[in-house]
Amino acid sequence: MNSLTETTRRPTDWQGKDMQKRIAGRYAAERRFKAMGMAAIALSAGFLAFLLVVMVGNGFRGFTQTELPLQIDFPAVTGGASPSQFEGPNAEANLQAMGLRDIVDSSIEIQYGREGAELFSSGGWTAVGAKILDDPEIVERQATVYLPATSEIDVAYKGDGTPAAEEQVRELKGQLSTGFNWNFLSNSDATDPMQVGIWGAFKGSLITMIVTLMLAFPVGVLAALYLEEYAPKNRLTDLIEVSINNLAAVPSIIFGLLGLAVFLNFFGMPRSGALVGGLTLALMTMPVIVISGRNAVKSVPPSIREAALGIGASPLQVVFHHVLPLALPGILTGTIIGMARALGETAPLLMIGMRAFIATPPSGITDPATVLPVQIFLWSDEVDRGFVEKTSAAIIVLLLFLLVMNALAIYLRNRFETRW
Amino acid sequence: MHEDQKTLEPSESVNMTDAATPAKTSESATPKMTARHVDVFYGDKQAINDVSIDVNMDSVTAFIGPSGCGKSTFLRCMNRMNDTIPIARVNGEIKLEGEDIYASKMDVVQLRARVGMVFQKPNPFPKSIYDNIAYGPRIHGLATGKEDLDEIVESSLQRAGLWGEVKDRLQDSGTALSGGQQQRLCIARAIAVDPEVILMDEPCSALDPIATAKIEELIHELRGKYAIVIVTHNMQQAARVSQKTAFFHLGTLVEYGDTTDIFTNPREEKTRDYITGRYG
Repeated sequence: MNSLTETTRRPTDWQGKDMQKRIAGRYAAERRFKAMGMAAIALSAGFLAFLLVVMVGNGFRGFTQTELPLQIDFPAVTGGASPSQFEGPNAEANLQAMGLRDIVDSSIEIQYGREGAELFSSGGWTAVGAKILDDPEIVERQATVYLPATSEIDVAYKGDGTPAAEEQVRELKGQLSTGFNWNFLSNSDATDPMQVGIWGAFKGSLITMIVTLMLAFPVGVLAALYLEEYAPKNRLTDLIEVSINNLAAVPSIIFGLLGLAVFLNFFGMPRSGALVGGLTLALMTMPVIVISGRNAVKSVPPSIREAALGIGASPLQVVFHHVLPLALPGILTGTIIGMARALGETAPLLMIGMRAFIATPPSGITDPATVLPVQIFLWSDEVDRGFVEKTSAAIIVLLLFLLVMNALAIYLRNRFETRW
Repeated sequence: MHEDQKTLEPSESVNMTDAATPAKTSESATPKMTARHVDVFYGDKQAINDVSIDVNMDSVTAFIGPSGCGKSTFLRCMNRMNDTIPIARVNGEIKLEGEDIYASKMDVVQLRARVGMVFQKPNPFPKSIYDNIAYGPRIHGLATGKEDLDEIVESSLQRAGLWGEVKDRLQDSGTALSGGQQQRLCIARAIAVDPEVILMDEPCSALDPIATAKIEELIHELRGKYAIVIVTHNMQQAARVSQKTAFFHLGTLVEYGDTTDIFTNPREEKTRDYITGRYG
């Protein structure tokens, strides 16, 4: 036997030409693979950089507004109002009684003539009210306030307007200036792009996310723990596993229809509310948390379970003292992915009425609300050119929200991570 | 085979105790744990076939035998760790101080505290050394306060011969210790819940010779305080640490007796073959 193999097999020539060619080929394959990998990374980094540059470049302008100076001779137009009127609890009421809108309009007429009102954004006068509340002394003197110009002028001043608006800009040259648009952060949706803000949608997103997390996280984690640690392995649990996997792959719009049919029509919950939105998104997020949770629980070494059982820990103590803490980083990773997806989700929320025009920020889970991605979708549909940069600005806000949420989750994950 | 066992056992244990510690005859007359006609099945496969054995308080009992002979399986039946395997089924009777551990009124959690276990691979919790030891007393409510717990931790570590090495770093992670230290930590963790029996499933198979020697020394010191059962592949180890040896083969107990008898003058042909290295 031994001699047979020795005679039939030629001695291996490690230095031969074929062998050298093989080695060269192997090195070439390694180099090719490395180059392809680097190309892939460069491509994705390039896309990301392009996206960010375009987004920030356009979006940044959404945070600014074009302003016109307006001189208001307060003692003359208010007929001698005293600063004390605008302090204390009655300040708001006195301000309303004063007829601020007319005061601003007449001041505009004095400075810019009859057609002057057409230069200013229609809701701009409210800024004067805010100024008075901020500094009541102002009503005793002449003051210059900067009010937002119309959307047309704003767009034209930023260099993308209609010929008529550009003509206006030329006439006003020297008077126009750019200021930071604080209103964008504090207002909600409006018909005038100069007056829109992101706060309503932001708050709506926040409340919706809290509802989603409160429901999806505990339910998902408990389901994962039960299925991995307690449930008997039989046909029923197999079926449940397959169903959960399928649920994670169901298109999101179908969850919207489900939410519409179940939460709104069957349970009669309030339409357009963050509660229904959160519940619908929780249905969508839960399977992701269950799947990642099960994997995380499965990857906890059995020796830890044995160690705990071996000194007399009950199955529940094993799960909550040992398995869950060790699986938590993995569960949190799944939660991040699920929540990020829920935050960016638009389609299911359209079905349950969260696409309404919401001009006041929601103050509870049942108030009509909208969320950031839906707001972006709505603004991108607007005809007015002024909404273009507002859309980009809203996208930046959404991305920042996402970034903060993920950073928080990653921080939590690293805190719970066990070093072996 | 079984007949043989029955007749041989009582006389053996009495003999042994007479020779070693005559004063304790009365105590060893009632063994700590007794097993009678134990069968274990994994699904359809029978892993243990009619094993009867007594474990005494004042001796270390070693289970030896080739791989897959069922010695670990049998060991895991003694504190019902096999319950965690859904397809495992145990017939027969195992008693701890006269109580049937498979009876429905037996609380498994308490049983596992009374019959502690040390595993093949050191498996400390990824927590501090202190918390590793304190975990058992905490969940069983064995300590009345912080100071009491500190004392349990110290005495357990001292008994496991680890106190000197770790007393200044009790808050370090248990997983940062060396393999041998980890295994002694696991023994200390088992001791901390004040068990009556300690089962050791090849506790030295993942350790180097020096760490092994330390564990063996520790087993010597623990002898008498706890009934100790050790499964080992290493026959020299069985000869060194144990007073009683059981030889398992293909799921049956071939021979059980004094370690000196098993190694110098085995009754069965199979035992002789295994001990002399003919197979295994």
